[in-house]
Amino acid sequence: MAMTRKQRRSSLIVTALVILGAAVGLVLFALEDTIVFFYTPSEVAEKNIGPGQRFRLGGLVAEGSVIRGQGTTIAFSVTDTDKTLAVNFEGILPDLFREGQGVVAEGKLNASGTFVADTVLAKHDENYMPKEVADALKKKGVWKEGQESQ
Amino acid sequence: MIAEFGHFVLILALTCAVLQSTLPLWGAHTGHAGMMRVAEPAALMQFLLIGLSFAALTHTFMVSDFSLKVVWANSHSAKPMIYKISGVWGNHEGSMLLWVLILALFGGCVAAFGGNLPQDLRARVIAVQGMIGVAFLLFILGTSNPFERLNPAPLEGRGLNPILQDPALAIHPPLLYTGYVGLSIAFAFAVAALISGKVDAAWARWVRPWTLAAWMFLTAGIVMGSWWAYYELGWGGWWFWDPVENASFMPWLIATALLHSAIVVERRGALKIWTLLLSVLAFSLSLLGTFLVRSGVLTSVHAFATDPQRGVFILLILCVFIGGALALFALRAPTLKAGGLFAPISRETALVLNNLFLTVSAVAVLTGTLYPLLLEALTGDKISVGPPYFNLTFGIIVLPLLVLVPFGPFLSWKRADVYGASQRLMWAAILALIAACIAWYAMRGGPVLAAFGIGIGVWLVGGAISELAWRSKLTSGDLALSWARFRGLPRSAFGTALAHAGVGIMMLGIVGVTAWKQEIVLVMNPGDSREIAGMTVTFKGEAPRRGPNYRDIVGTFEMRQEGSTETEILETSKRVYIPSQQPTSEVAIRTFLSGDLYLVMGDKVKEGRTVRIYFNPLIPWIWIGAVFMFFGAVVSLSDRRYRVGAPKRARARIAEA
Repeated sequence: MAMTRKQRRSSLIVTALVILGAAVGLVLFALEDTIVFFYTPSEVAEKNIGPGQRFRLGGLVAEGSVIRGQGTTIAFSVTDTDKTLAVNFEGILPDLFREGQGVVAEGKLNASGTFVADTVLAKHDENYMPKEVADALKKKGVWKEGQESQ
Repeated sequence: MIAEFGHFVLILALTCAVLQSTLPLWGAHTGHAGMMRVAEPAALMQFLLIGLSFAALTHTFMVSDFSLKVVWANSHSAKPMIYKISGVWGNHEGSMLLWVLILALFGGCVAAFGGNLPQDLRARVIAVQGMIGVAFLLFILGTSNPFERLNPAPLEGRGLNPILQDPALAIHPPLLYTGYVGLSIAFAFAVAALISGKVDAAWARWVRPWTLAAWMFLTAGIVMGSWWAYYELGWGGWWFWDPVENASFMPWLIATALLHSAIVVERRGALKIWTLLLSVLAFSLSLLGTFLVRSGVLTSVHAFATDPQRGVFILLILCVFIGGALALFALRAPTLKAGGLFAPISRETALVLNNLFLTVSAVAVLTGTLYPLLLEALTGDKISVGPPYFNLTFGIIVLPLLVLVPFGPFLSWKRADVYGASQRLMWAAILALIAACIAWYAMRGGPVLAAFGIGIGVWLVGGAISELAWRSKLTSGDLALSWARFRGLPRSAFGTALAHAGVGIMMLGIVGVTAWKQEIVLVMNPGDSREIAGMTVTFKGEAPRRGPNYRDIVGTFEMRQEGSTETEILETSKRVYIPSQQPTSEVAIRTFLSGDLYLVMGDKVKEGRTVRIYFNPLIPWIWIGAVFMFFGAVVSLSDRRYRVGAPKRARARIAEA
């Protein structure tokens, strides 16, 4: 019944490969299912994103667009200076949420084309803009050097 | 002058590190004792010089010398002294200086306490430490000089990012760095062993305490960061699977695997090659973490400044060290002799499984962390891989490991008896089952998985207690004998039990807050009340208040528990820091053993003040579990086996016999 060194080693390797294989399958499945794409308002228009698909929307909070509704509901627009998209959100906004500042919101479009966000991401610091937003604005050519101080 | 002095001694430290990384290595290669003896004084001198440089930088922060660029950018004269000091590492340049200081400290420790190591091994270990020192000192001097002057000197500084002005965050970076950089010792030992081709029990006995110490600090650092995020960011969460968190979590997972595999090398002489690989990987992930955090490829509170030059430099260091070590590994590993045999059911196999699950879980975390970077580089698509991915993959991979953990200590080396181990764990299993049923019943409608998780938490704690009870023969009925045996158990047995129980306690906390968290967002006016988790929270009103470098609007709340007439006052505030005009929220937390009541104020709206009230069940248990894990490591480190000189005495005994 005693296994040889070789048999023992190969049974170990097989176990390891089974676990690794299961994990790879799991990782691939999870990646397929859980990742969220990042779009600017222009990309949302270009790619014809339908209602119900979850994504992250990034850009600047349009000047003068923030309207506080009943209680903790709030409406604002996100712009990349080319296209603008209306956003609804219910909850408490991060401390650094301001008009004219970068923002990332996660949620879905509703049937009327308004973005319903369930999360609005906080910046940690006055000194930077979410990287995705900065990159997107650079691509649009509206990035001003010095906007990102330091 | 002091700044110039700091800069100068840092350059001296570099020359010292160059000597340290070349001469001893050459000496060990040629068997020249004189050259090997350079290692210790060089390592100690390097530590002294970097220490002086660090002291010089700290001095400039303490006296608010705004002629220094980093002081100007990160400090302010009105800041409390503790945050002036923590400001030293609250920025890129200073934190890198802290990084090399700790690196040199570890090198110095090997030099000072490594007297019982074979001379060639000691020389090689210190030389490898020296090489890492050279790379990072070049990085600091070339791209991130903390002693850069400004001319003319500004009158006032810009202030430290207010959310970093916090006691937990003042000590989070030093703890985390001690953990990160401590893994460099395991790396240096592995590279030294690969060069010499010798890996034996004595080697493992040397590596393990260093890894354990690094692991202990890494645990403390990660938890401190998590705790800070919990009470400072005001979102009620404690772990976000943020890439920066992952950057510290991956080395932790591999270091945990390494801790366990080193036991096998020490006791049984098996798994040598694997242990070497883990030692290399653990520090490689520390370097990767440093790269991710410091290069600005990720955005977070840790990305102090984005400078592509720095990113490229760290990437280069990363490639040289990881690539070099792995190449050496590929070259030398096949020549190492394979170790002891073991049956498919044995302590060795249990530890191999532990390693498999931990490593695979680290790979899953690594994939999720790097995939967005990779995809953006390849296709330009921007994606985010968030908590759903990590919870799914990491959760499923780690669950079987947690179920298996209590079995490990009951299995004997070489060949073990699963049936016997199961019998000894019967009480733990029964308790776990009861706990799961109670959880399921008490939280009707709650997820089944949560009840299962509670069961696993109790299973881990029960398993740890069962192990101590079994080892002290509690079932024999002779209490005096059991007590004597209990006291005679090695410290490492208590360390294991504490750490494993800590994982169980943390698991209870994680399951509790994830499955049963309550959150209410509402608008309140003075006098309004709201009930949550058997408590009534009443908003009393708000008033302005001034702090040393901020202005507060303090909201006062009254909390009363159901059936009690006693009330407690809780305060939370919206804070604006004066130098930067940056707003933050200060949360109010009232901790009970059953969970935290957590209050945050939001904006003022026309109907009143928006308020967020959370009840986070069992969350304190996460921190309690971490304290158990930390002390498990402390107790284990105090085991006689690891005392300075222990290997020498052990060898002497063997020689006598």
